[in-house]
Amino acid sequence: MIRRDEFASIANNGLWKQNSSLVQILGMCPLLAVTTNATNGAMLSLATLLVMALSGAAVASLRHLIPHEIRIPVFILIVATLVTMVDLAFNAGLHGLYLVLGIFIPLIVTNCIVLARVEAFAAKNPPLHSALDGVFMGLGMLWTLSLLGGLRELIGAGTLLSGIELVIPGTHALRLLPEDYPGLLLASLPPGAFILLGCLIAWKNWMEARAARAKRPPLPHSPSSPAPAAAGPQG
Amino acid sequence: MIDQPAPYLLKPASVTRVMAQVLLALVPGIAAYVWWFGPAILVQLAIASATALAAEAAMLGLRGKPVGPALADLSALVTAWLLALTLPPIVPWWLTVVAVLFAIVVAKHLYGGLGQNPFNPAMVGFAVVIVSYPALVSQWPGISGPDAFAAQLDAILGHRAGLDALTGATPLDHLKTALKLAEGNGSVAAVLADAGIYGPLGGRGWEWVGLGYLAGGLFLVARRIMTWHVPAAYLGAMAVLAGALWLFDGASFASPLFHLFSGGTLLGAFFIATDPVSGSTTPRGKLLFAAGAATLAYLIRVFGGYPDGVAFGVLLMNLCVPLIDMYTQPPIFGAKAMAELGRKEGR
Repeated sequence: MIRRDEFASIANNGLWKQNSSLVQILGMCPLLAVTTNATNGAMLSLATLLVMALSGAAVASLRHLIPHEIRIPVFILIVATLVTMVDLAFNAGLHGLYLVLGIFIPLIVTNCIVLARVEAFAAKNPPLHSALDGVFMGLGMLWTLSLLGGLRELIGAGTLLSGIELVIPGTHALRLLPEDYPGLLLASLPPGAFILLGCLIAWKNWMEARAARAKRPPLPHSPSSPAPAAAGPQG
Repeated sequence: MIDQPAPYLLKPASVTRVMAQVLLALVPGIAAYVWWFGPAILVQLAIASATALAAEAAMLGLRGKPVGPALADLSALVTAWLLALTLPPIVPWWLTVVAVLFAIVVAKHLYGGLGQNPFNPAMVGFAVVIVSYPALVSQWPGISGPDAFAAQLDAILGHRAGLDALTGATPLDHLKTALKLAEGNGSVAAVLADAGIYGPLGGRGWEWVGLGYLAGGLFLVARRIMTWHVPAAYLGAMAVLAGALWLFDGASFASPLFHLFSGGTLLGAFFIATDPVSGSTTPRGKLLFAAGAATLAYLIRVFGGYPDGVAFGVLLMNLCVPLIDMYTQPPIFGAKAMAELGRKEGR
């Protein structure tokens, strides 16, 4: 089956280390267009997660049968089939949300992150691993896009989770800032998505730099770190 | 007295001295502004300056740089003043704060601070607020003496109820709207004669503010704070373009003089497009950069949806600066001969 450390590595890669939006910077088109609120970001990520998990499993199962030379068209065909299924399911189950997300559900086919994981991971690993990879890549996208969408609607309009009534009927959006908050429209427009994504990437880099510093405290007299003089002329 | 024999070296102007003279050069324009439109602009300048200094100090502190010398170089104040002068003086105080914060924090310090920003910080701040709050940024005050100050202050503090009495369309905006409403039957001359907001050069009042900027700008050119290239190319391109369309169809296009003295043309030509950091650095590049910025500004203000295009023109040309600079490098003295020599020796 799957070893514990393999699972941990797949989870860590998807959620943080190779996060699709913050590190690989893939899937920018839905990121710009859809994350105008947390609901849309989360739901599109869920659709992508579903596609990635299923396509990972499907491609991994068929990986020995697919001729290497035409693997990309075959992958796209598999992904497109799965996207069509998800698209139809959204249309049937969450019609209101389907109208909001519109073209971006069918466009999951062209989302680079799907093809990237299929090509880089599922084509070389067993089905269970590949499905998990798809799930965790999707979860990584989920938290990033939800956070980005939440920030954008909070700064742009002062609300959180607007459009939630399309997913869970009877609920309504939270209004976190006072009614007369003027809203920074820029945050709701595509440039706002880019600026906030930049801030999130900076935050992630800062977290990692801090963690790296904490791991290696500067110890000038430690024997494990040779003094500059000992490094000699090779330096 | 110099008590040494030649040769002498000219001491390079420090950033502080340059920036102080730029601020000084803005004073005539500001004085005309206060005279025609009331002291509200002074309040905005104060808000913008305080925000800029606080943001600059905070960002320098966060970046672990010495705060004192960088604050004293006055560059943050120049950004703040230019930004306040491009915004309507009766916008609510928080709008000015948002614009200045964006200019200093995002456009200046996130790109590396003074000397590193690819985009003109003041214009980035302006673009952010005109995109985010188009209604507030298009409410300009009408001509008003000091007696309107109380009402203007009220508007700045956020009470926008009695605002209609204060505001009037800017000449550029009024002309565009009037021509559109006339649906091809109106003419520029009729509009200009009809409404009471136009003067002999541009808009009444605004033409004096423009003359103030012109005087300050000429002072800067005379002091060699900047070269003649950018203002000349900016105003020249604007005049040529406006003149060509005016000669082609004088009924639907305003005269070049009107365009030179309306909106942000003179402020843009002398104070904004001349930014040494985000603008082009080579002489030919400066001409191209300024002509491009003026052309875009004219196209946006006449055919576009925004009341003026100076900010967008400058920002779009900022984007082209690396390319312009690459293709307009002046030849190094002797480089051609060296290349010739190299080719001969190589053979």
